[in-house]
Amino acid sequence: MKAFESKKRHNELKEQIIKFFLITAATVSILTTFGVLFSILFEAIEFFQMRSFWYFLTGTEWSPGVPDSKFGALPIFAGTFMITFIAMAVALPIGLGSAIFMSEYASPKLRNQLKPLLEILAGIPTVVYGFFAAITVAPFIVKFFAFFGIHASFNSALASGVVMGIMIIPVISSLSDDVIQAVPDSQRKASLALGMTMSETIKAIVLPSALPGIISATLLGLSKALGETMIVVMAAGLRPNLSWNFLEDMTTVTVRIVDALVGDHEFDSPDTLSAFALGLVLFIVTLILNVVSVALIRKFKEKYKINTL
Amino acid sequence: MNEKSIKKMALRDNPFYDPSLKKRHASAKRFKLFTLTCIIFALSFLVFFLGDMIVKGLPAFQQSYMQVDVTFNDKTIASTRRAIDKKYRRIVSRAWLRNIPRMVEKNPALMGTTQSTWVLVNHQVDQYMKGHYYKIKDKDLKTVQEVQEQGKIELRFNKIFFTQGDSKIPEYSGLKSAMIGSILTLIVTMVIAFPLGVMTAVYLEEFADDNRWTQLIEVNINNLAAIPSILFGLLGLAVFINLFGLPRSAPVVGGLTLALMTLPIIIVSSRAALRSVPDSIRQAAYGLGLTKVQVVQDHVLPLAFPGIMTGSIIGLAQAMGETAPLIIIGMIAFIPDSPGSIFEAATVMPAQIFTWAGMPERAYIERTAAGIMVLLTVLISLNALAIYLRKKFEVKW
Repeated sequence: MKAFESKKRHNELKEQIIKFFLITAATVSILTTFGVLFSILFEAIEFFQMRSFWYFLTGTEWSPGVPDSKFGALPIFAGTFMITFIAMAVALPIGLGSAIFMSEYASPKLRNQLKPLLEILAGIPTVVYGFFAAITVAPFIVKFFAFFGIHASFNSALASGVVMGIMIIPVISSLSDDVIQAVPDSQRKASLALGMTMSETIKAIVLPSALPGIISATLLGLSKALGETMIVVMAAGLRPNLSWNFLEDMTTVTVRIVDALVGDHEFDSPDTLSAFALGLVLFIVTLILNVVSVALIRKFKEKYKINTL
Repeated sequence: MNEKSIKKMALRDNPFYDPSLKKRHASAKRFKLFTLTCIIFALSFLVFFLGDMIVKGLPAFQQSYMQVDVTFNDKTIASTRRAIDKKYRRIVSRAWLRNIPRMVEKNPALMGTTQSTWVLVNHQVDQYMKGHYYKIKDKDLKTVQEVQEQGKIELRFNKIFFTQGDSKIPEYSGLKSAMIGSILTLIVTMVIAFPLGVMTAVYLEEFADDNRWTQLIEVNINNLAAIPSILFGLLGLAVFINLFGLPRSAPVVGGLTLALMTLPIIIVSSRAALRSVPDSIRQAAYGLGLTKVQVVQDHVLPLAFPGIMTGSIIGLAQAMGETAPLIIIGMIAFIPDSPGSIFEAATVMPAQIFTWAGMPERAYIERTAAGIMVLLTVLISLNALAIYLRKKFEVKW
């Protein structure tokens, strides 16, 4: 009896220790998020002690590395916005169209074959997309527009935008497909019974029901496009360029971060620290997009009481 | 009146006849066609893209060699350029000639002889042999064509690509050091991310109470998965290199950084695997008097293990293709020799692809594409393995 009890106490201690380890492991993820935030934040604060925060947000001249360096990030934000916009213009219709086809028109068997195929696109490393954009797509765009007598840069925003859009197709199609699938069948049947055609049912009934989920997918795609690095590093330009012409070369936040941190650098110069200021902006924007996206999906789940998404 | 017009009249008399119906059906058809076009476009891009890579990359798996007389003596060892006839000097590869002293060292019998040897040619001649754009002087081109007529120059399997590290001489550059760098980095990644991820998942699924702390962890994991990868590079640079003083460009830093990125993937898939184990198993184990840890350790975890493995392999594949954070922490250095430990400077496969893609020589383009083919083959195999594991061990409860 005594032996039994001591073993029990031994077990209890063991349980406590194991549980402690598990909690510690779970804490690492929190530490990481705060690690990312603070490592960027501290360096960014150091940067803003040297340079004006207001000029960083609204200034139009970005010229690091010279004695009288200026850090106005507006052209960089504009370039990021332009390339992201092109990417979304490609990814949104194609991703949504593919999702509608898979969930509404395709047989379950076909859908199960198509979905993994599309997801291959998401599994291709971004450096590979970058090479493709720089070597195949960019020269094609230059040639194509030269045929009409329009000059296009080899580092055009269009080339990296289009390739980035293709990369984001599965992000949008996969989640949208799940959401459209989750819209109750009774809604479709009611609409079809009233004599609506399939496409009218989809446009008037299914898509509005699935809208929160589709917006959520779009925001996720948007956040992915903003943070995408390799495609733009390899195919977009380095020059901050405030322009509406998507055939010109443009630069993005991520390109400037890489440019500022590659090679030897000192950690007290504004040139290097500017990367962290840009990183902070990127972190905040993508975080907001993600939080909104998650909230929308939760709303959708509550509305239709589903747990599978 | 023919049959068609009778039908038309009958339709007009039909009170339910809707003249807009035809239009609506046509529009329905158009819409279906549009969605079909979308998916066909996405898939045909995939086919075009893979085809493009294969067409560009396949030539790199072959390399031109030429048969010439190589003289081995003291003079040629001192100045390797003199080992071959003056006529061919601008055709053979400089990098290959550097091997002559080593060849003699390996086989002393060669000393003082002249051997007819198959010698690697330089990248311009190689491009000419493959029918690509080349830049060769007319005189040398004539020599090459002469040799070609004699059948003394030919394309062979490119062993160098797999047995050498990076080089500034295109024909002598290979993927080996990057492969070893990738393996070392991924070992560090998995050693850290796998136990941490599984433990977190076990805690959240089996032990955690539904309180504020748990919710905070869950929201965190969600956000962690959405942080752009380049920001993990900033973390690695600011914390691991600047704060902890770990060596730049080393697999240990790259592995740590990638581990933090892979963590959410492993946690999410492990949680799904744990959740799919039915509660009856846990109830039965409790009923036999097991403690909570024993239940999880001996019954729940083994049953969830295939699912955990599948998720981890997919996480591994993603870490393998990641480039941006590794560039920030300096893993794009020029690394001709394979790293021996996780603390030496190294590069990884996608970073090597990035470096080659930026090289001006045309010969690097095919090597880049070939590197991409190797990388994609490894990634596809990993994913296939994950799918195979899932299919093989999947249990329907």
